[in-house]
Amino acid sequence: MTRASLLLAMLAASFATLPAPSLAQDPGPTRIIVDQGVIEPLPFAAPLFVAEDAAAAEIATELTQVMANNLVGSGLFREVPREAHISPVTNFDSPPRFPDWSAINVDALITGAVASTEDGRLAVRFRLWDVAAQQTIGDGMQIVAPRDQARRIAHKVSDQVYSRLTGEDGYFDSRIVFVEESGPKDARQKRLAIMDQDGANVRYLSNANALVLNPRFSPNTRDILYTSYETGTPQVVLMNTQTLQRQPLGLPGMTFAPRFSPDGSSVVLSQANGGNTDIYRVSLGGGGATRLTSSPAIDTAPSFSPDGSQIVFESDRGGTQQLYVMPASGGGGTRISFGDGRYATPVWSPRGDLIAFTKQAGGRFFIGVMNPDGSGERLLTASFLDEGPTWAPNGRVLMFLREGRGANGAPQIMSVDVTGRNLRRVPTPGAASDPAWSALLPD
Amino acid sequence: MTPRTLALMLSAVVVLAACSREEPNADANAGLEQSNLGGQWAENSIGFFNNVIGDRVFFATDSSVLDAAARATLDAQAGWLRANPGATAVVEGHADERGTQEYNLGLGARRANSAYNYLISQGVEAGRLRTVTFGKERPEATCSDESCWSQNRRSVSVVANAPAS
Repeated sequence: MTRASLLLAMLAASFATLPAPSLAQDPGPTRIIVDQGVIEPLPFAAPLFVAEDAAAAEIATELTQVMANNLVGSGLFREVPREAHISPVTNFDSPPRFPDWSAINVDALITGAVASTEDGRLAVRFRLWDVAAQQTIGDGMQIVAPRDQARRIAHKVSDQVYSRLTGEDGYFDSRIVFVEESGPKDARQKRLAIMDQDGANVRYLSNANALVLNPRFSPNTRDILYTSYETGTPQVVLMNTQTLQRQPLGLPGMTFAPRFSPDGSSVVLSQANGGNTDIYRVSLGGGGATRLTSSPAIDTAPSFSPDGSQIVFESDRGGTQQLYVMPASGGGGTRISFGDGRYATPVWSPRGDLIAFTKQAGGRFFIGVMNPDGSGERLLTASFLDEGPTWAPNGRVLMFLREGRGANGAPQIMSVDVTGRNLRRVPTPGAASDPAWSALLPD
Repeated sequence: MTPRTLALMLSAVVVLAACSREEPNADANAGLEQSNLGGQWAENSIGFFNNVIGDRVFFATDSSVLDAAARATLDAQAGWLRANPGATAVVEGHADERGTQEYNLGLGARRANSAYNYLISQGVEAGRLRTVTFGKERPEATCSDESCWSQNRRSVSVVANAPAS
């Protein structure tokens, strides 16, 4: 099959039941388009990365597996299993035998090699191949990192593959901060935890002595904000997830629902005072709090637009919970949600194009997205309780919490892509809620 | 048994005890004497407040309005707090599970504030009271229907600085 015919076949499969997308002028190499809903995942092969010395062998297996799991987990790719491979890849520098890969219907081939450097680090090389075109997609790449960073290398390779095949930024080299829950529903214990995006490397950040809620990442991916009942009243606390050093923001009264500004220098949150909940902005460099809303309603769940100029929030000022957008300096507020039911927990996508939300209607809860002006509402999930979406750094995938009915209904973290496809449970050691997705990690 | 139904039963016991004291049993003439030893809890105790007066009031869905039953309970709470001036109370506001977390924190704050303001209007010093919202974090009943949700939409006055029983 020629490169052009492969592309056309893929596009036809991808959009079989969807409105015709605007096809790119230049078809380019093997590609899939993320936001249109992929019906037929693109088949790839990931032969075990070649271990170039004994110390690299174990890591090569793990690294290849982590990468393949990422790609399959995105729902956009399907792995052609290793048992089906015809010719092994034993030398990274030799070109693949393309007919052996096209014979088993592989579109994208990932080859790699792992070696130990003289100073004991890992050097990982990889190439991505368009099998039909018999050429690489982008240049080969080498990543050198300490041995204990093997999984992160795998995530970075995954991001490269994802990005080259979709034209979108990747999201695999990122973390989730969340709340682990244990104990019965009427005496639930909660503690903060952090893990890699794929559920690996779970680490606890607090003990279960005090109730904790809604952790949120700083853009620096190191610090978090969360709400703690340590003092007996809900208070927003800033924590460094590496040192576990904590610093209450020190605002009077009850504060909750914190979120960082896109530059990380300030925080928006809710403060309840005399039964009235309003939104405030607090500079982390000092200077006190600025009140942004002053209605007698419950104004809460604020989230900045990625350019920092606007804030979307929920309010019951019109009688029921609805979504509003206001300038980041506060005041006013334009209602953007007009469908049936109640709208809550709006979160602006990091790419700015969509706002995700929780909707409550007819006794059910939904995760949905809409344009920032409120048009184009689409519901992605529904259940007894779906709540609290958080965006992947590329704005193409959401995580949220899902909880079942009754005393045994423990929450779990789910993921879904922005088209509503690929609903999956995110692995966690126990019951888990309140996920918040970091930006891509710094190198 | 919920604390609420327990409180109702105990109230009935107190009423019966009061009746028997006013109208002595005919057997007293036969040399038998009986006297009232009081309820399980001393009247100045936290146990009396929680179980005889009732430490909580309930709200309609998405409402922080005090109905007649809630006001009656809060009247009795205020009377007890006036009679026991050393006691303090944290007024907790709670919501059922059928709302989002942040909104329910706001709703719990509203409910706590309704009860708090009512207690102050009945003569309890503001300095003895504090409010806190728990949103939907601390349900009393865990089934997923109205029979449980109605128990969870509540404010609870948690008394301290008084004898336990």
